[in-house]
Amino acid sequence: MSALRQQVPNAVVWLVLLTMPYWMGAVGGYTELASRVVVLGLAAMALNFLLGFTGVLSFGHAAYFGLGAYGVGMTIKYLVPSTPLGILVGAAVGTLAAMVIGALIVKLRGVYFAMVTIAFGQVFFFIAFRWNEVTGGDDGLTGWKRQALDLGFTRVDILGSDKAFYYLVLAVFAACVAAMALLLRSPFGRTLIAIRENERRARFLGIPVEQHIWLSFVISCFFVSIAGTLYALLSNFTDPRALRWDQSGNFVIMAVLGGMRSFWGPLIGAAIFVVLQDYVSSQTENWMSVIGVFFMLVVLFFPRGVLGILRRRLAS
Amino acid sequence: MSLLQVRDVSKHFGKLVAVDGVSLTVEPGELRAVIGPNGAGKTTFFNLVSGFFPPTRGSIVFDGRDITSLSEHRRVRLGMARTFQVTEIFPELTVRENLRVPVEVAAGRRLSPWLTKAADAGIRARVGELMEMGGIADKADRLVGELSHGDQRATEIMMSLALNPRLLLLDEPTAGMGDQETYNITRLIRRLHRDQKQSIVLIEHDMRVIFHLADRIMVLAEGAVLAEGTPDEIAADERVQAAYLGKAA
Repeated sequence: MSALRQQVPNAVVWLVLLTMPYWMGAVGGYTELASRVVVLGLAAMALNFLLGFTGVLSFGHAAYFGLGAYGVGMTIKYLVPSTPLGILVGAAVGTLAAMVIGALIVKLRGVYFAMVTIAFGQVFFFIAFRWNEVTGGDDGLTGWKRQALDLGFTRVDILGSDKAFYYLVLAVFAACVAAMALLLRSPFGRTLIAIRENERRARFLGIPVEQHIWLSFVISCFFVSIAGTLYALLSNFTDPRALRWDQSGNFVIMAVLGGMRSFWGPLIGAAIFVVLQDYVSSQTENWMSVIGVFFMLVVLFFPRGVLGILRRRLAS
Repeated sequence: MSLLQVRDVSKHFGKLVAVDGVSLTVEPGELRAVIGPNGAGKTTFFNLVSGFFPPTRGSIVFDGRDITSLSEHRRVRLGMARTFQVTEIFPELTVRENLRVPVEVAAGRRLSPWLTKAADAGIRARVGELMEMGGIADKADRLVGELSHGDQRATEIMMSLALNPRLLLLDEPTAGMGDQETYNITRLIRRLHRDQKQSIVLIEHDMRVIFHLADRIMVLAEGAVLAEGTPDEIAADERVQAAYLGKAA
């Protein structure tokens, strides 16, 4: 009975995600907006692997998101016109950078960790911003397009069909989310939650905390860089803002808004963020101040996020 | 061979000498108590032994191996587990989840991304066994943060035992407890010592607890060893009475 009840939220989430392109139009949206929700939802959930389930705040995840985005764009533009290969390269570049930077910063805690992640993120931002010949500088990386998928027996035109691309994004999202869920239920995942709950106790239970935080950071950045590749593919374009610190801040806002102690919370947060942004930015240029006010209200009155409120309602 | 040999360790914090040339030898199966008035350096001494921070001087040998500069988690892997004066647990996890973490670490699974059915069953069984032993099985699915102080302490001790330690370090296990809770914890420690030959070093304030439990007692005062001996010898020692027992009475 209780096991069944636990499956209800999962079933609802997957049902909504699987049908989204078919009702998005009816509620004033469009398929590309649905893809944005899923892509940024993946990024926020990836960040939350580190933030919500290891207790470590990174303010520089846009760096790895952006490396994924540039990785896929530059692969398709300069090397091989293949979407899957581009995704692999983007994820590899982001993950490698995370392995190196992670090793340099795992000893830091709290606000120091967050500050240093911002600093490293800004390094990548300035490289993308300045290196005009290769990255396109401030104008962004243009002149490339996502390529149709060649599955051997058939070709899927993800460029011409927004719906086909949405389902590619959803398939990648599903694989990533399933992997994260499995990890969090594993002995390794439990050590991360133990570190979040009480680092000193974890240490004196024989857990090498730095090693585990490094692994969590790298795993989190791997998934965020995959989200970055999908983000670039979505608009056939990327620019330095994808790796700037305010993008990192947006991921944190999404996670906190939705509820960082719940698995699906960041996805809900991303959906609210993306839809608000889309709607409000068509009314006023100052859309961020509306999101800011909304964010403050949630944090002040519902510190466990939107999913936290829903949960309490259901429990009582 | 001795299990633990602490040789002449000191710890300075700036100008303060918290521990001053303390030596201690613990034999396998022994229950050793460390007592002393507040500020005598008992907890600092424990922190040196368990690797919380390194000593300013001196060396620590565990099971024939010099561990003076070894990190805390490596000492745990060699078989040293500790509890804290202020209980260190995972308050927002259940009793079962609190115990699962060290059981999995002890099984060498801390990095496993999955478990086979058989491995999972083995871990669950061990968790159940530990909860029985600690008398907390009836609270298995309660959050530890909501339990009584005594049950939290029992959980912390069982978490340390889950690591199958060769030496268990207990920092004031009955601090802040009522009579019934003190009795329960004392009984648990006695059982571990008598039935399982568990080697234990115990810091304690409560003299009644110490004199009935310990094989030998070391008395610290102002960071240095004041006396060492059997409970009877310590009880008869005039310096100890003056420094400690006199004040407690």
